[in-house]
Amino acid sequence: MKTSPAVYGVLAEFEDPTSLVSAAHQAHEAGYRRMDAYSPFPIEELHEAIGAHHTRLPLIVLIGGLCGCIGGFALQYWASTIAYPINVAGKPLNSWPAFIPVTFECTILVAALSAVLGMLALNGLPQPYHPVFNVPRFALASRNRFFLCIESRDPQFDLESTRKFLETLNPREVTTVSD
Amino acid sequence: MTLFAVSSAGIFPLFHTGRPWLAYWLLPYPNTMNVWPQFRSPLVWDVFAVSTYATVSLLFWFVGLIPDLATLRDRSQSKAGQIIYGMLAMGWRGSSRHWHRYETAYLLLAGLATPLVVSVHTVVSFDFAVSIMPGWHTTIFPPYFVAGAIYSGFAMVLTLAIPIRAIYKLEDFITMRHLQNMAKVMLVTGLIVAYGYMTEAFIAWYSADKYEGFVPLNRLTGPYFLAYWSLIFCNVAIPQLLWLKRVRMNVPMLFIISIIVNVGMWLERFVIIVTSLHRDFLPSSWGNYSPTFWDWSTYIGTIGLFLSLLFLFLRFLPMISIFEMRTMLPEAKVDEEAL
Repeated sequence: MKTSPAVYGVLAEFEDPTSLVSAAHQAHEAGYRRMDAYSPFPIEELHEAIGAHHTRLPLIVLIGGLCGCIGGFALQYWASTIAYPINVAGKPLNSWPAFIPVTFECTILVAALSAVLGMLALNGLPQPYHPVFNVPRFALASRNRFFLCIESRDPQFDLESTRKFLETLNPREVTTVSD
Repeated sequence: MTLFAVSSAGIFPLFHTGRPWLAYWLLPYPNTMNVWPQFRSPLVWDVFAVSTYATVSLLFWFVGLIPDLATLRDRSQSKAGQIIYGMLAMGWRGSSRHWHRYETAYLLLAGLATPLVVSVHTVVSFDFAVSIMPGWHTTIFPPYFVAGAIYSGFAMVLTLAIPIRAIYKLEDFITMRHLQNMAKVMLVTGLIVAYGYMTEAFIAWYSADKYEGFVPLNRLTGPYFLAYWSLIFCNVAIPQLLWLKRVRMNVPMLFIISIIVNVGMWLERFVIIVTSLHRDFLPSSWGNYSPTFWDWSTYIGTIGLFLSLLFLFLRFLPMISIFEMRTMLPEAKVDEEAL
């Protein structure tokens, strides 16, 4: 790292989604990897433009659903045959067809919880502090402005040259983000 | 709306348990009594179905609000607003990696919630269908309850959306096309419900069981004939007006029809519960029922609870998703040729 650790990165502000996506493409082509783009609404192309990987979230939800399914059935099996067996007219204690509705509900419940908690965990939220919020104009990222931040962790990062590079991409403004 | 309705609807079974302060006994938890719930009972299924439904609806609603809460945080003028919305937004900063996972999570949640809508009403209908009461013990109940739920759900959305649209001038967001489509869904589900009424009567006759056969006759001509005929009028006759495009394009008419359908669906529940229970197998359990002052007060109270929660929501949170509206703007599209 060539710069002092007090710098988080360099932030460029754009007026519309198209210029942000093309800027992200050019930054990726220029060899920058440690960067992130910020927008007030989801932009499909952006995620690929910065070279991010596919998310593991669906796998987490699948595993959560399976745990809910097996756990829900196991709970009912254990409660009805081992912990508290009740003989109803000689019917089998493991009357599994009657356990299906609760098994289904547990599957959905755990899958939904793992979708939400998994998304938050992978995103690192809740996160009360993040350096990009130090830039006053970043408040517009939740309204109508589009930002690209090249982080100082990037091996190619150099405060002067990265700044110059971003300025060639036709931004509205380039700011240094302090950590 | 679902959330506020579920919290209002929860009041009834809670009091129905007789000892609402012991309602947690319905949940499976290790206790000193060494007792576990009876998992073969539809009432326990219902506890799981409704609590899962409420939890997943809450998650779906909250996840949908996160980006909008960030907007509210950044636009808030007061310190209190910044702190409260800031905590709720959990540091959302609109990162493209976050958006990608967010969209995946939202899609998966929507996929998980859809079968849940079917299951929650199916399980509620099992409360009736698994019993042996004449008029309840039928296999048509699950699909019939699901159709009825969508029917009354769309009617309720229209009842709420039409005044809100007029008061807050939301004609550009809730368009005539939305209202028309809701009316069409109401028409279709209303016909399914009407088919359900016919099947109920047919199977009662076809079963050749005298107790089952008595139920439709009692509904048509018994002491509650007025409730049954009003139900047919509200749920089957009136909605046929929705075949006409002129009616579907007329907002006041849609509002009136949606209220009539809501009344009809309330009457349906009244008819299902009261007419079956007041004449069951044993003459010793026969009787007549009319709601008492306290029954009515509980009912009116839950409507009040629902409206209070709804108005608080409208006041403090965005009633229409802000970020979803943004994605629909032409400016939000990425110009492919510029890349």
